[in-house]
Amino acid sequence: MNKQLILDHADAAVEFNKNEAKVDWHDETLWFVRTKRDRAVAQIPEWEQLREAASQIKNHVLSNMHDLLIQFEENAARNGIKIHWAADGDEHNAIILDIIKQAGANRMVKSKSMLTEECHLNQFLIDKGIEVIDSDLGERIVQMRNEPPSHIVLPAIHLTKAEVGETFHEHLGTEKGATDPQYLTEAARQHLRETFLTRKVALTGVNFAIAETGGFVVCTNEGNADMGAHLADVHIAAMGFEKIIPRAEHLGVFLRLLARSATGQPITTFSSHFHRPRPGQEMHIVIVDNGRSRQLGRPDFRNSLKCIRCAACLNTCPVYRRSGGFSYHSAVAGPIGSILAPNLDMKKNADLPFASTLCGSCSNVCPVKIDIHDQLYKWRQVLMKEGYGPGSKTVAMKAMATVLESPRLYRMAGKVGRGVLRFAPITVENGLNPWYNQREMPEPPSESFHDWYVNNKKA
Amino acid sequence: MTTRDQMLASIKANQPALLPTPTNFTFMSVYPDLTQQFIDVLTFVGGAALVVPDFASIRASLHTQFPNMTSVATTCPELTDLADVTMNVTDPHELSGLNLAIIEGPLAVAENAAIWVDERQLPQRVAPMITQYLVIIIRQSTIVPNMHDAYKLLNVDETGFGTFICGPSKTADIEQSLVIGAHGARSLMVYILP
Repeated sequence: MNKQLILDHADAAVEFNKNEAKVDWHDETLWFVRTKRDRAVAQIPEWEQLREAASQIKNHVLSNMHDLLIQFEENAARNGIKIHWAADGDEHNAIILDIIKQAGANRMVKSKSMLTEECHLNQFLIDKGIEVIDSDLGERIVQMRNEPPSHIVLPAIHLTKAEVGETFHEHLGTEKGATDPQYLTEAARQHLRETFLTRKVALTGVNFAIAETGGFVVCTNEGNADMGAHLADVHIAAMGFEKIIPRAEHLGVFLRLLARSATGQPITTFSSHFHRPRPGQEMHIVIVDNGRSRQLGRPDFRNSLKCIRCAACLNTCPVYRRSGGFSYHSAVAGPIGSILAPNLDMKKNADLPFASTLCGSCSNVCPVKIDIHDQLYKWRQVLMKEGYGPGSKTVAMKAMATVLESPRLYRMAGKVGRGVLRFAPITVENGLNPWYNQREMPEPPSESFHDWYVNNKKA
Repeated sequence: MTTRDQMLASIKANQPALLPTPTNFTFMSVYPDLTQQFIDVLTFVGGAALVVPDFASIRASLHTQFPNMTSVATTCPELTDLADVTMNVTDPHELSGLNLAIIEGPLAVAENAAIWVDERQLPQRVAPMITQYLVIIIRQSTIVPNMHDAYKLLNVDETGFGTFICGPSKTADIEQSLVIGAHGARSLMVYILP
């Protein structure tokens, strides 16, 4: 995706919508995940208080980040874990390459880490001659297809089982035309088991890092993070610094919220707490900034760093569901991605805060109460002010401002508009008018309110 | 300045004024029957549970559940005669052929059917994932209502590794179709002793 011409969100959404049946499936499937979330939430009477507690813990974390990180570093070092600090993606990638080389390895197995997607680690390592295999089933599928994940929890949600079957036929030698998920998953299980058993270096993400104990928690359903880490001589865990929480007891709050918000499960199958390397093993943690400290300094946007990556905001978003993950051209798609990405690159991601109806559903489902839709709106203000607004919108807004400023121009524009709609509808009812796409133009009123008022006052 | 010092300086300069941690972040869950709640949720996530009076019943059930199975390992002293291999290996790769692991779980959670195990139960961390089938034996008296209760009782760093296990490994990454048995165990059977 990186090497191709990157379409902006609206254009990419048009592409995605060309296959109407698939868009409908995508839309309905993600909505189904959202309804599973709702059912799980309904079983917890204190859900709203839990969200509030999670939000307050994370607010504290943001305000005490410096001290918590130092506390974490001290305790992790005492546990025999080596801590590395990376200012940006390049440094993160270089540190990981160095650890792999120190281990005398040229291949690595990896479980899900959106941070490594953000830093483009895989491509970097491949270019340096290191083989990387993603072990989460969805990530393995998209990796075989040379695609990035389209969703942070469901990486292959944009694919049908027929497409997965084709990919596996090509890469794993499964039967041509096979589409049974059970059969395809079994093939991947066999293939990846061999990988787990033969790799000396394993990389995992980090869901939560505990300052008090110097350990970290990794959550998976498949068990792939555990299979990789417990069989490898070297375990590397990569984390954005915002993953820190003060105490182990706070996990009670977050683990109750995470899987219910993500997929409607009561908890993930494995919630693994790593505190010390096993005898003979090396354990490394790479703590990454990559723009996070800058975001921490933006009062309007800092609380995007509270995110625990559950993807509830993606599943509920009417725009995400109908435009697909790739239309966001960013490692993290959807509403949360759209408030994180402009911080990484304002120019490149200027379109994303506009990829929303501002309906607010994202903020309502967010388990840590990030005001996502407010931030989408605020990013629009910042982007227009900084001159990164979409050109067409800038011109249209300026023209509109001129018209609205002058009563004479305003009345004239109204007359022209009504006339055009009545006598020459073709001039607006055509493909050049974006408002006409998937919409009927309104019936023009016979007179303006101004004319009606003047006429009625006379009477 | 090292990257570490630069990052920490930048974080310190940018973080907002200190806010307190909430004092009220744990909640009570009330279930009429903790064991039944645990069993219902475990069944929902694809596991199975059986309330049994003693180890003799577990033994009998294992014989019907896993007839003639070889490569069986256990850490339960009461069941050692069922095992033909051991989880006490120095290299975890030696467990690659393990078919059935039978372990004990010291703490279970009713709200989500999660069972805590750590290195006191696991001679090798990979055991409950690498085994084809997993059996965990818990006691009714150790089932707590929710995760807050669990963390009050746990010292998560008492050993180097511990995990909550909830059901068999699974995935829905192919068209959202649930498949039990991803990379970890293909099934989870929980025996509940009084």
